[in-house]
Amino acid sequence: MKLKKLLVASTLVALTSAMQAATAAETTIKALFMSQAAYSEDNVKSMTAAFEKSNPEIKVNLEFVPYDALHSKIVAASGAGAQGYDVVLFDVIWPAEFAKRGFLLDVTERIPTDYSSQIFPGAWTTVEFAGKRYGMPWILDTKYLFYNTAMLAKAGIDTPPTTWDELLVQAKIIKDKGIVKYPLVWNWSQSEGMICDYTTIMSAMGGEFFVDGKPAFNKGGAVKALNYMRGSLDSGLTNPSSREFSEEDVRRVFSNGEAAFALNWTYMNALANDPKESKIAGKVGIVAAPGSKGISTASAVNGSMGLGIPSGSAHPDQAWAFISHLTKASTQEKFAKLSLPIWKDSYSTAAVTEGQQSLVAAANNAIAVMYPRPLVQSYAEISDILQVRIHEVLLGQNDAQSALDAASKKVARIR
Amino acid sequence: MGSFFGAKQQKWLLLAPAILVLSLISFVPFLKTLWLSFTDSEISALPTVVSFIGLENYHYALTDPDFVHSLGRTLYFTFSSVAAEVVLGVGVALLLNQQFKGRTLIRALIILPWAIPTIVNAVTWRLIYNPDYGALNALLLQIGLISEYRSWLGDPAVAMNMVILADVWKNFPLVAYVALAALQTVPMDMLNAARLEGAGAWRRFYKITLPWIIGPLLVIIVLRSVEAFRVFDIIYVMTRGGPANQTKTASFYVYQEYFSYLRSGSGSSYAIIVALISIILIFGYYKAAKRQNGTL
Repeated sequence: MKLKKLLVASTLVALTSAMQAATAAETTIKALFMSQAAYSEDNVKSMTAAFEKSNPEIKVNLEFVPYDALHSKIVAASGAGAQGYDVVLFDVIWPAEFAKRGFLLDVTERIPTDYSSQIFPGAWTTVEFAGKRYGMPWILDTKYLFYNTAMLAKAGIDTPPTTWDELLVQAKIIKDKGIVKYPLVWNWSQSEGMICDYTTIMSAMGGEFFVDGKPAFNKGGAVKALNYMRGSLDSGLTNPSSREFSEEDVRRVFSNGEAAFALNWTYMNALANDPKESKIAGKVGIVAAPGSKGISTASAVNGSMGLGIPSGSAHPDQAWAFISHLTKASTQEKFAKLSLPIWKDSYSTAAVTEGQQSLVAAANNAIAVMYPRPLVQSYAEISDILQVRIHEVLLGQNDAQSALDAASKKVARIR
Repeated sequence: MGSFFGAKQQKWLLLAPAILVLSLISFVPFLKTLWLSFTDSEISALPTVVSFIGLENYHYALTDPDFVHSLGRTLYFTFSSVAAEVVLGVGVALLLNQQFKGRTLIRALIILPWAIPTIVNAVTWRLIYNPDYGALNALLLQIGLISEYRSWLGDPAVAMNMVILADVWKNFPLVAYVALAALQTVPMDMLNAARLEGAGAWRRFYKITLPWIIGPLLVIIVLRSVEAFRVFDIIYVMTRGGPANQTKTASFYVYQEYFSYLRSGSGSSYAIIVALISIILIFGYYKAAKRQNGTL
């Protein structure tokens, strides 16, 4: 009996040590991405395959989750230490919180200094907090105004709107001519996406979230923007279902030819022009979101995302090699259909501009005016508070001024 | 064994493994949560100092009108969904207790909704309720109950009831199964005697069947109520608490404080409040059960 046990045990030991010897040369890193907007899963898999080919000693395990699960995953994995992730995708609104809580490694020293001027400032915002960098920007994204060129032509409209007021005028013409029932569609479910739409319109109308650290979203342009959103519903120009739509719903409605205008991320440009995904391929126009007379000529929200290394990672060097591969100009230029590069020079290369000149033109206008959501540690809570109050107004349960006043009171209560 | 230990010791000996496992997976975490709820602990990868702050977290939670409203909303969810599940479950059980062809097959099929994972159920119902291509709109339009497609989960007036419907559909089979098992113990001679005496179907159910099955029914009502009061997953998937917080239940605040705002101390106090109300619910049911027939 004893002998038998001993035999089994020693065989096991021999086996495991043999296995360890075989894998000693190879490091496996775990990476967390999202499967929603921007680069598709296929894109990320192709990029990773290329990386593994040129770095045979590193193997990458990919995991994809919806955007909404990303934050919780990163936080929960921070407790797992070396068992957690080695590379994570994070949103522009999180670095303040992550830096304060030590979830991400400070990688300022790893970034070559000449990168600073080669990458757009809006992209850098994604990874910076208090003068330090917690990753490399990767997805440089904002919401653009998409329009159905056939519908505009049918309505006798020559150029897409340059102001938000003009958008309503054009939408009314299209509705009155019976071309489409609801010309406008938005991602106004109670979600971060709705805050992105609100930020875009608010920045165009000169509103601000905070002034000197105090809530200012219950004043001026910020209130005007919410009234504008509410008004577009009251006048029957906005599809009322927008109030429960995600980005993907917006894409589906617009691609089905059931809306004349839509605000959405870069990725919709390629997909709305893909005949397999869309009924309106080839009839998709794209411009930077409009401005407001006397205040702005275009508007955009900073919706960028970056790649960082969780502080518990056991393989920060390999993780950084992978991040460097994903964020380098040549990789980004090769996959520029669903997400545009962070590199300024890329926008004049044929690989990026070919077949999507209008997207690149829109991007050139939008990137210059990208407006940030509040870069504070308690952003998640501020956003939740705003989401509820804004949604109340969109549902007709409250007026813009008192809803935003209530939000500002609640934000002041945050601990 | 019996010769070495008295009956009392033997009882404890037999219970010991269960108590050990329960205390490891239940009591210890509960005590830890209770302790956290009196501190300002936060989730962080950096070393932090945790200090005792007394009842401050509870004060913060209970002076937040949004959270207090959510407690009322959660009670509404609990009572409505459990009531509907019991009525539907007992009704279906009565039908399944009849003799008819294909009864075994139907009995097997009826468990299907309950066997489906909550997440899948929630996603399915979200598709059914879809304002543009959902089956519910198509059905109601075809039978003429509505004149155009409408929003269900986006309408604050009905969103909660639509979530309740989805929850009832998933959970009524459990009640039906418990009721069916209980129904099979109802003595037929008693029912036949009542029938001969001229008691109608409703009277027979109310005077004989119901008192006979009320014990097992109360057990399942308690279980379902506690589960319903903690509801989170189906709401997280179907509405995320929207529109305008109309479906945001108490457990959602626990999740939010803990995992979105990373305040583990404050989040624990929200969790304790939810647990306390569940305990009050259980207590209430047991009292009712005792009054009913002195059992349980």
